[in-house]
Amino acid sequence: MNWLLDIIESSIGKKLLMALTGLGFCVFLFGHLAGNLTIYGGKDAFNSYAEHLHSLGPILTVAEIGLLVFAMVHILSGIFLFWGNLKARPQRYVINKSAGGRTIGSRTMPYTGFLVLLFVIFHLMNFHFVDKTNTTIFQIVQNAFSDPIYVGIYVAAMLVVGIHVSHGFWSAFQTLGANHPKYMPLIKGLSICFSLIVGMGFGFLPIYFLFMS
Amino acid sequence: MTQSNGKKNINLTLKVWRQVGPNVKGRLETYQANNISTDMSFLEMLDVVNEELIINHRDPIAFDHDCREGICGMCGAVVNGRAHGPEKGTTLCQLHMRHFSDRDTVVIEPWRSRAFKIIKDLVVDRSALDVIIQAGGYISVSAGGTPDANVIPVPQEAAEKAMDAAACIGCGACVAACPNASAMLFVGAKVSHLALLPQGVPEAARRVLKMVQKMDECGFGNCTNETECEAVCPKEISITNIARLNREYIKAGFL
Repeated sequence: MNWLLDIIESSIGKKLLMALTGLGFCVFLFGHLAGNLTIYGGKDAFNSYAEHLHSLGPILTVAEIGLLVFAMVHILSGIFLFWGNLKARPQRYVINKSAGGRTIGSRTMPYTGFLVLLFVIFHLMNFHFVDKTNTTIFQIVQNAFSDPIYVGIYVAAMLVVGIHVSHGFWSAFQTLGANHPKYMPLIKGLSICFSLIVGMGFGFLPIYFLFMS
Repeated sequence: MTQSNGKKNINLTLKVWRQVGPNVKGRLETYQANNISTDMSFLEMLDVVNEELIINHRDPIAFDHDCREGICGMCGAVVNGRAHGPEKGTTLCQLHMRHFSDRDTVVIEPWRSRAFKIIKDLVVDRSALDVIIQAGGYISVSAGGTPDANVIPVPQEAAEKAMDAAACIGCGACVAACPNASAMLFVGAKVSHLALLPQGVPEAARRVLKMVQKMDECGFGNCTNETECEAVCPKEISITNIARLNREYIKAGFL
């Protein structure tokens, strides 16, 4: 297995890990958002979606472990890449100007990534690791989002996720070698659309609850 | 001041990075560049400043240069935060002073990367790029009689793409401009220009693995697809070459 270790240790290998796990999270976000949209169907629709999800039993556990492994890989390779990149330029420029390549997403990737990690921990503590006896997930969510501070945190977090994804999505394709003048404009367009869908799709839900309460 | 042909000369304030040697602390020093013709190239402007420094028994500003035609890859400095200055697709020697205005302040710094040690002032040691080439940026050929022309067919499109990649002059601007000091555009161009041609195919897998390994050893950073390299490259080499490098690496590593 030395060959595999050699690849993973290389700069391109670490980037491949970032790209694959990142795309995995994009698929997850898509599924998560599709599920959350049942909220607009009302209390029963959302609760029954949650019930169906939990009735998957072991499959759900495997998926959760998979997400955790993906997160560990994404975070660790991100840290190694970030650290390596800092070391690669010990003396910074006095004047540093973009020649037009960087975007707000690419510029802030490590920082938005760190904020997303903090948010995910916060989010899991709010809705996952809570006592669910004598209550429904709809009620838990409704309670949380009756507080404008929670709504503010969630909306801000979704903005950060959107910015992170706006660079991450197309970047993953580039890293996997999928860049061709024929379809790269489409991938870049999809990247912006996906970040808007994720940011707005998730971001409107807390606001919806706030106005409903 | 107005020249006889009606063109205006300009006066500039230069802030130039001065560093005596590789392990000495450097700093920006201020110089006046007076009466500079806008027809001069950036390097000619530095020549004028240096002449004055020499007359005044001061140490002239050291900078790399050779052909001054934009084809050798020797020159290069970061001008006001941009590698090779503000113009697109231009080496520093081909940057003309008409792109500056009277009384501008111009900050000139060397390429900054752990892999490029500063030798003096604006001169950096870019031999790390040569080391990467030595690791695999070549093809092996059997010496013998002169081969017939066009024995190996090359599709036109492949030839064009290979030529575009081969336009890389190894100036190091991609490394200088990359927020991570990564050499992926350089390595991407070198790997691409050989991998696209039939002559480069037999050694393609070994080449990409060796060159990437050497690139990492030299202390370059990792590409995060900021695309700053593409924006400053004087030969406007596209990041599709980085994607091809990634493909070649995946192919060599897994297939």
